[in-house]
Amino acid sequence: MKRRKRSQLKVNPSGFEPGQIKFYLILIPIAIFMIVPVIFMINQAFKPLGELYAFPPTLFVKEPTLDNFEKLMALSGSTGVPMLRYLVNSVFITLVTVVINILVTVSCAFTLSKKRKYYITRVFFELNQLALMFVTVAVAVPRYLIIVKLGMINTWGAHIFPLIATPVGLFLMKQFIDEIPDALIDAAYVDGAGNFTVIRKIIIPMTKPAIATVAILTFQTAWGATEASNNFITLDVMRTIYYYLNSLATNNAVAAAGMVAAGSLILFIPNLIMFIASQSKVMSTMSHSGIK
Amino acid sequence: MAKKKTEQVRDKALVLNGDFATSMVLLAPYVILFTLFIAVPVCIAVGLSFTYFDAINTPDFVGLDNYISLFTQDNIFMKYILPNTLKYAIIVGPGGCILSFILAWMVTQLPRIPRTVLSLAIYTPSMVGPLMVQFVWRTIFAGEQRGIVNAFLLQHGWIDQPIAFLMDARYLPTIMIIVSLWSAMGIGFLSMIAGILNVNTELYEAAYVDGIKNRFQEVIYITIPSMKPQMLFGAVMAIVNAFNIGWIGPTLSGMNPTPNYSGQLILNHIEDYAFSRFEMGYAAAVSVVLLIMVWLFSKLAGALFTEKN
Repeated sequence: MKRRKRSQLKVNPSGFEPGQIKFYLILIPIAIFMIVPVIFMINQAFKPLGELYAFPPTLFVKEPTLDNFEKLMALSGSTGVPMLRYLVNSVFITLVTVVINILVTVSCAFTLSKKRKYYITRVFFELNQLALMFVTVAVAVPRYLIIVKLGMINTWGAHIFPLIATPVGLFLMKQFIDEIPDALIDAAYVDGAGNFTVIRKIIIPMTKPAIATVAILTFQTAWGATEASNNFITLDVMRTIYYYLNSLATNNAVAAAGMVAAGSLILFIPNLIMFIASQSKVMSTMSHSGIK
Repeated sequence: MAKKKTEQVRDKALVLNGDFATSMVLLAPYVILFTLFIAVPVCIAVGLSFTYFDAINTPDFVGLDNYISLFTQDNIFMKYILPNTLKYAIIVGPGGCILSFILAWMVTQLPRIPRTVLSLAIYTPSMVGPLMVQFVWRTIFAGEQRGIVNAFLLQHGWIDQPIAFLMDARYLPTIMIIVSLWSAMGIGFLSMIAGILNVNTELYEAAYVDGIKNRFQEVIYITIPSMKPQMLFGAVMAIVNAFNIGWIGPTLSGMNPTPNYSGQLILNHIEDYAFSRFEMGYAAAVSVVLLIMVWLFSKLAGALFTEKN
């Protein structure tokens, strides 16, 4: 009897059991519903013009071509800025944002987690927790006013700085650092290490999963950000590829269908690769994500 | 002697650990940027909401006028925006949260490899980005015979004329909800998977000995109570995601305002007043209402999921 009870425990099973069939029957159709639009989009990107406008429309491409990508790359914006420039801008902004974001977040999370707690640091963590609910769009106007006041209109900083403080990132990082034993850090201090060494030699190596997770989340935000290009930048030459493709899709939806599909694919692939490469790290970070 | 050594170690560590000035320096970069781009903007929004401000002249203090006219004179807000937003937010927020829990729970009942594949498939739409979201769904629901859904219905002879799904007030709200649920499983879903996998399995064994009878009771009495912190995080993320993607109505339908205001949510109302009419004070008041709504929804989730000590 006891043995049978044990076999009823089915969370995280090691192999197939007949009882799992009902879950497959529900989950597989849902997974297909989730993934088919993505597969459709990927196929759209490789379709020649004739197939894009064929009736009946097809899911899979029959004669794949790189035409859409070539046309997209040859395109230039209304002010003559070539496509490649937008792409380079995006790559530059995203990489700088991710690196600064990680450094700033680790340093802050380390202090909140392992340094002596002052009243003010506790209050700040509470505030950050409240800011998990922050909706950026709600404060588009005040943010614009601040950027103007700081003289940051048409600067790279206008792209980068608003994306550095991410409440979700800080929250996840702090929860993760909480799990590092205090004794380890104390021992390092006693051996003569400074804060910088502790962060570099202990915190960063031991929080790799959280760093990967925060990097992915920041990457997705920065890579897909349009706020700065829309509101803080008036020079076309400093705008991002996301902004450009967005305007292409809005103004020219029908004619540019293939190119927009190709562009979406270029934007999507880095996200997908990064996530697949580090999904086990993301999952281990998420297991510390509880709000207490 | 050994004891003295440990004490020394602790004292030295404490000094290094407790230095106020160093702590502030390490916190400074994040705190400054947090203040500049999150805290201060929220305060400015609250401040501006009590003024008339046209983005050029100095703001004029008008007291509660903006809020009063929002709730008494703004017919569009009261008649369309508020009900639309509430309906949408309830389905996509708490509804999406429950849905991601159910999916997460089912996924964790499977061995590792199928679990990874299926959760990746469910999470992938959260990574495609807003551009692909609008484009792919506009193609699927396009109101001509080449639209995927229309082509399907036409071929089976279920309709004679293509339906303009995205320009029809009867269909647009439903489509927006489908699109949002599709694209916003997000990290709340991942957090819930991790939470369910973390529940101590001994608890289940003990519960079966104590007399729970089926999987449903197992979920209600063991799984959910053991992962309340993750549930709360997941719920907050689901709600925030729901509000963040809520601008999509006009983009999907290609019309602003959407037919009969059916796809107009509070975010579109903010955009309308801030960037089309330049009534910044009024837009700020709507923003404050939005932030309060997100906060209330999250509080509701908190009331359901926080541990009561």
